[in-house]
Amino acid sequence: MPNFSTNEFKPGLKVMLDSEPCSILENEFVKPGKGQAFNRVKLRNLKSGRVWERTFKSGDSLEGADVMDVDLEYSYTDGEFWYFMDPSTYEQFSADRDAVGDTGKWLKEQERYEITLYNGSPLAVTPPNFIELEITETDPGLKGDTAQGGSKPATLSTGAVVRVPLFITEGESIRVDTRTGEYVSRASKN
Amino acid sequence: MSDWRPSASLDALAARAATLQHLRAFFAARGVMEVETPLVSLGTVTDPAIDALILDGATLDDPPRFLQTSPEYAMKRLIAAGAGDIFQVARAFRQGEYGRRHNPEFTLLEWYRLGWDHATLIREVAELVGELLGRSGWQIWPYGSLFQHVLDVDPLSDEVDDAHLWALAESHLEHVPIGLDRDGLLDLLMTHCVEPTLSDAGVVFVTDFPVSQSALARLITVQGRRVAARFECYVDGVELANGYWEQSDASALRTRFASDNAVRRRRGLDERLPDQRLLAAQDSGLPDCAGVALGIDRLLALRLGVDNVSEVMSFDWLRA
Repeated sequence: MPNFSTNEFKPGLKVMLDSEPCSILENEFVKPGKGQAFNRVKLRNLKSGRVWERTFKSGDSLEGADVMDVDLEYSYTDGEFWYFMDPSTYEQFSADRDAVGDTGKWLKEQERYEITLYNGSPLAVTPPNFIELEITETDPGLKGDTAQGGSKPATLSTGAVVRVPLFITEGESIRVDTRTGEYVSRASKN
Repeated sequence: MSDWRPSASLDALAARAATLQHLRAFFAARGVMEVETPLVSLGTVTDPAIDALILDGATLDDPPRFLQTSPEYAMKRLIAAGAGDIFQVARAFRQGEYGRRHNPEFTLLEWYRLGWDHATLIREVAELVGELLGRSGWQIWPYGSLFQHVLDVDPLSDEVDDAHLWALAESHLEHVPIGLDRDGLLDLLMTHCVEPTLSDAGVVFVTDFPVSQSALARLITVQGRRVAARFECYVDGVELANGYWEQSDASALRTRFASDNAVRRRRGLDERLPDQRLLAAQDSGLPDCAGVALGIDRLLALRLGVDNVSEVMSFDWLRA
């Protein structure tokens, strides 16, 4: 991979720092009129998700990280790995538990996910912002409570539990915001 | 494509025009003459921390020329020629300096007062900044005392060696960039630890810099210690102006240019031939004077309460 100098550090650039792949979030140029120039850089460690703050001398450089985002279709899991496929090439990628992380509860077969590949292997899995899932378990709604807009827990086909309005019943499909884990609406009819 | 539009609002440009009028009236009332000097020159600065933009000559026989990094040298030549008290509003250029508070092309207000020392000039800077930013009151902090106050270490003391400064930086920053010399470490501590504490201190003048950071200031003795007769003006933690009681001794200046070039060699930078016309002017005699350069773009950003100097420039670097 090529090296990048501090003046090329733009948000989104992927670089290696302490042997970890990182994405640059911010780069601030700091220089006394008569002195050494620095770059104060904020980076997200793509493995841990943690944000690091580092100061570099201006002109210092970091090696680029072989990181790219691709859209892949979720296939299945064998409990140890989660398998994704490139729908155009049929190439298969296996993501481990660390890469899947919290996205595990939003994984639905044939749905597309953004996979961050590091040296060709999945590093992180990001769900679409909205996803439609079937309710596998929820209590029957109680009559009379609908006017108050009450809610109840519902378990979805992926195992996620979300709060839904009382009129929603088992077997229905609903639209969920994966960023907040909140019910949005009944699913659109296919 | 929308980047044909200005990076500043039209209100900001109006404030810029008003500020320029105000400062011209300020100097006219004080009998300080406005001058203009060339932006492009054969000579440039040796300062290792400043990288000039270079114009190639039209033919091989034509030497390259430099865009000025400040109007200092030409103005000193005018003073040596007898111009008296002078000021200039000039564009200056510094390669690679781009960020929230930097633009590679920027506007400097620079002025010189004959027979004044830096302490007298500080009062005039305070007056001008006070008028333009509507501030009263200001403080003076010697560099050593300010470090002592914020970091509990006086870097001008003989007992504080480089290892001590390194450990201090590490205790505040976790990771210290490698390859910093003593002044690099001091600049790191100044920008990362000291300057942030000035953000609610209003107008602050830092004086009595370490000898190694004297630039073109003369050296003086304060309480038994050699220090540079240099000052920096900070407003709300933003470095706004840098001034000197000017070094008038031509041989001291030659020594300083030579040591700048030694630093350049050590860092693998191109050496710069000291400006021969400046040295000739100083040989003929530079009257005793103090001078200061003040960043107009930062001043306007402070006046308008904006975070980025691009918001006070008609077209910033990315739109120029």
